[in-house]
Amino acid sequence: MSTTALPASLAEIVDDFQALEERERLQLLLEFSRSLPELPERLSDHPELLEQVVECQSPLFLTVEVDGDVVRLYFKAPQEAPTTRGFAGVLHEGLDGLSPAEILAVPDDMPEQLGLTRAITPLRMRGMTAMLGRIKRQLAAASAG
Amino acid sequence: MPYPAEQNEKFAAYAHPERLVSTGWLAQAIESGATKDGSLVIVESDEDVLLYETGHIPGAVKIDWHTDLNDEVTRDYVDGAAFAKLAGSKGIGRDTTVVIYGDKSNWWAAYALWVFTLFGHEDVRLLDGGRDKWVAEGRSLTTEETDVTAVDYPVVERNDAPIRAFKEDVLAHLGRPLIDVRSPEEYSGARTHMPAYPEEGALRGGHIPTAASIPWAKAAAEDSTYRSRQELENLYLGEAGLKPGDDVIAYCRIGERSSHTWFALKYLLGFDTVRNYDGSWTEWGNAVRVPIVKGSERGSVPAAR
Repeated sequence: MSTTALPASLAEIVDDFQALEERERLQLLLEFSRSLPELPERLSDHPELLEQVVECQSPLFLTVEVDGDVVRLYFKAPQEAPTTRGFAGVLHEGLDGLSPAEILAVPDDMPEQLGLTRAITPLRMRGMTAMLGRIKRQLAAASAG
Repeated sequence: MPYPAEQNEKFAAYAHPERLVSTGWLAQAIESGATKDGSLVIVESDEDVLLYETGHIPGAVKIDWHTDLNDEVTRDYVDGAAFAKLAGSKGIGRDTTVVIYGDKSNWWAAYALWVFTLFGHEDVRLLDGGRDKWVAEGRSLTTEETDVTAVDYPVVERNDAPIRAFKEDVLAHLGRPLIDVRSPEEYSGARTHMPAYPEEGALRGGHIPTAASIPWAKAAAEDSTYRSRQELENLYLGEAGLKPGDDVIAYCRIGERSSHTWFALKYLLGFDTVRNYDGSWTEWGNAVRVPIVKGSERGSVPAAR
């Protein structure tokens, strides 16, 4: 599968998933769930600054901050929701630090490219697609404002 | 040989106390080596497909409701051959005592138990309180891979009729008791899916005519265990108006929350004929020429046309 349209950081993650057998892809997603960084205090003390992604099966909150040409992503998801945390971890590692234009150019169906749809099921994959959608919407709103 | 059932005061009041085990009982059974000699297999079945991998009850195996129990192409459960392969690969024989637990007050665990029952697996029980209670009590979890010795499970054809209802069955059943276990907002039609859950694409909001609204969670206590016999009677005989001996169908959105209610009606209150309509609102809400009722009233059965 071609990943040329993706930023290098995200393309690398997609390649890592693609290189694995289906079962091992789940393990990799689990590793991403573990590496999702904690929220900084200024956000964890202010949950109202985060937006809930209601399409996710478990409560997932995110927010986007733009500093010049650098985007910072922040996610919050409970430990009991490793799949949701894993999706957030992939997006964090793949997109954090990029420019708004680079993130806005990520195809909406990028989550499909991870090759997890069969193991995770399409229903569960929707949560990740929705997260990417919210990130792009927040960025578009920030640049319009 | 089935593993001996648990005896305690709470369970003894239920119609089929042998269908539940407590966390304490399970911990003791593990201690005594029951999971090592193959007489007892513990199954974890969660909503989150990776939760088991973050730590599970020692000796437990994982069965995923979506990828293991559903057939990808037929919009149905797996067949006898696939179930035999699945069960055998998890070390489950036809005579094995199976204890199922999971997240979210055992929704998915009850759903898996219901699918085991479609195949007539004799001794399958729920861990009262599920994963949440086990964790809350600080009992041990492990990420160690469970060592499974595969066994032969016979190919048994699924017998849907006694506990599974299809759309046509529900249409023929109209006028007899139905329990809608979704949230009040889904029941009235204000929304078509659970708050904060993915939209499964129902085109109409409302409920099946005459269905009583008893959200599934009313059957669960704060610690995720089932409520007492008396509390369940107040709920289903009192509030819902069921009478002993009634023929009941329960439904929700995709059949998972209603499995939790199905278990309560069938095994805890002892209704002989209880079916789970797994097509539920995702089918009924979209079906052509099928009546619904909007609003919080139960409504009446429309005249035949």
